[in-house]
Amino acid sequence: MSNHDWSFQTKLLHNESKVDKGTGAVSVPLHHSSTFHQFDVEEFGKYDYARSGNPTREALEQAIAELEGGARGLAFSSGMAAISTSFLLLSQGDHVLVTEDVYGGTFRIITDVLTRFGIEHTFVDMTDLHQVASEIRPNTKVIYMETPSNPLLKVTDIKGIVNLAKANNCLTFLDNTFLTPELQQPLELGVDVVLHSATKFLAGHSDVLAGLAVVKDEELGNRLYKLQNAFGAVLGAQDAWLVLRGLKTLHVRLKQSQESAGKIAAYLADHPKVEAVYYPGLSYHPGHDTHRYQAKGPGAVLSFKVADFEAVKLLVQHVKLPVFAVSLGAVESILSYPAKMSHAAMPAEEREKRGISDGLLRLSVGLEKAEDLIADFEAAFAKLPAVTVKS
Amino acid sequence: MNQRIETKLAQIGNRSENVTGTVNPPVYFSTAYRHAGIGESTGFDYIRTGNPTRLLVEKAIADLEHGDRGFAFSSGMAAIQTIMALFQSGDELIVSSDLYGGTYRLFEREWRKYGLNFQYDDFTKPAETEKLINEHTKALFIETPTNPLMQEADIKALVEVAKKHNILVIVDNTFYTPVIQTPIVDGADIVIHSATKYLGGHNDVLAGLVVTKGEKLSEEFFMHQNAIGAVLAPFDSWLLMRGMKTLSLRMKQHEQNARQVAAFLEDHEDVQDVLYPGKGGMLSFRLKDEAWINPFLKNLKMITFAESLGGIESFITYPATQTHMDIPEEIRIANGVCNKLLRFSVGIEHAEDITSDLAQAFKQMKGAEAVEQS
Repeated sequence: MSNHDWSFQTKLLHNESKVDKGTGAVSVPLHHSSTFHQFDVEEFGKYDYARSGNPTREALEQAIAELEGGARGLAFSSGMAAISTSFLLLSQGDHVLVTEDVYGGTFRIITDVLTRFGIEHTFVDMTDLHQVASEIRPNTKVIYMETPSNPLLKVTDIKGIVNLAKANNCLTFLDNTFLTPELQQPLELGVDVVLHSATKFLAGHSDVLAGLAVVKDEELGNRLYKLQNAFGAVLGAQDAWLVLRGLKTLHVRLKQSQESAGKIAAYLADHPKVEAVYYPGLSYHPGHDTHRYQAKGPGAVLSFKVADFEAVKLLVQHVKLPVFAVSLGAVESILSYPAKMSHAAMPAEEREKRGISDGLLRLSVGLEKAEDLIADFEAAFAKLPAVTVKS
Repeated sequence: MNQRIETKLAQIGNRSENVTGTVNPPVYFSTAYRHAGIGESTGFDYIRTGNPTRLLVEKAIADLEHGDRGFAFSSGMAAIQTIMALFQSGDELIVSSDLYGGTYRLFEREWRKYGLNFQYDDFTKPAETEKLINEHTKALFIETPTNPLMQEADIKALVEVAKKHNILVIVDNTFYTPVIQTPIVDGADIVIHSATKYLGGHNDVLAGLVVTKGEKLSEEFFMHQNAIGAVLAPFDSWLLMRGMKTLSLRMKQHEQNARQVAAFLEDHEDVQDVLYPGKGGMLSFRLKDEAWINPFLKNLKMITFAESLGGIESFITYPATQTHMDIPEEIRIANGVCNKLLRFSVGIEHAEDITSDLAQAFKQMKGAEAVEQS
């Protein structure tokens, strides 16, 4: 029934689960059942217990596998549950190479938890292939990427890293939350495991917490499924249904948000009170060309730098449209302060070293009219003190 | 079908399909259903006409009430409104005089406009009821026990009268539920529920249910349900089923507590009288002094002063300003719903916690009154 000739936009609506086999229902039914009848004492059916398999969750797992072009999709109770379960593929004595401006929650798992189980790590600038190559050790089993990274939108050359990993017999994980398979399909570029905080663009409505993992190789998929079942951090049925519902509008949402993000990035880049804009859609962004090669668009998240914490405070105080909150990828625009939000789990010196300064703000562009957002920022910027020209 | 009600309740929705083996029925949100070809319906076409999740709760209530077909609506009032579609201008119904205020409002303010007529009767003397029947009378609309005076009607005797005159008997079974009373077994044609109450039972879902007896009536009523479209949503159908699974357990506890509370109130010096039919979880009582009502309600610490009933939490309602505010005062008081009357939906908390909350509120209310008077 799956038809790979269909465009991504069509596949969002037409997947394996588009029609319920029993009733013909065109919206996936929500199976709350925790257990399932076994019709045959000698041969159990596909479903026995909801942790091991639930038809609604499975519909989402199949959908994301198809959208990412993978062999198997797995749904978890949060993005961090997907990431930490995936790290359980590692064993004591293994080593991980991690992008240095990794999401603060992933940073915490790697530095606080994995270390206690004897899994080593090294943070590297993933945009520098030479540095990555020089840090690979004999026990390196995973190279972990985020591209574009959070919050500085640094772009990693996915194919370059994949080649290095393959030559050294290690797996590649990639957090694809910022772009979704609509804009970037890392499995096609050779990545082994794609991870998502589906709470963000995939679900898109700020109403569900969810994580997804998609694996290219079937055997690796079976290993990760065993961990999902053993560890049990699975996504609830209702939440799986909500993610499926959100997915249906992913294309139109992301298209609109990306278009507005481009306008806002251009506006901010020209603003005298903005010191820097980080957005791969800007032609002078250092990763612009690499990004254009491996992704279909720059996405809808950007960061920008104002003078200092005082300027941040004033701006946050005076913007009226964007929600000032953690998270991203929603219908509403969300303005975040990485130093105290997404990267609060990172020590100050580590933060500064990574360029996550006290003047940095991250904007996830929603579905509001771009002109309204720009007018809102314009009014808020007017409250900031005039720029003193540095001599 | 010979299963006892406890078993039927626990098994609602189980074995609903053979594809996944799901024990708990799935919630079907789908508004439309694919057909393999022309004329090849799966039995489901469009959500208003039929939805697999709603169908399960409809089948369940039909089974529990021993009727032929069940129907789920977006509220109890939506259920009654749809029932009125069975009648036409010039028809007349004989209705319980001590009627739920919302039903009274629907009849008097809405249906009278369309030429329907309503006569009111307390249904305590079937022979008197029979005298009210004329050539226009099409149905008896009975609440038993009544709300809030808790008078029971003799359904069998009233059915006998109705059959003689070939008119329908409609019974609102919200207060007793099929655990205590099955009017269709006694000969009624239609049973109505505000399923928001005991059937749902958790104060978390608004729903109405109707059960019909007889193929012709069932078919006609289905046409009205589909045409009017006040159907119950899939998630609410699922929540209702979830609540119904514990109905029997809850009713037992409600009734046990209500008996204890009724005994406590009867012995209390501040209580004028207690109206409790000895069954179910609802009772009403009158305080000796109208001035005590407000301080009494204000001093309740656990029991909630709120409208609605049938939930696991104890609720006290003041019919004069809440459920029966739409009935003109002189009619209301003539019917016995005076300003000293309180209605009590006894919850499933520990009975002694309920009575001690009442006791302390009784004590406080007089203190408050003393302060106000001084």
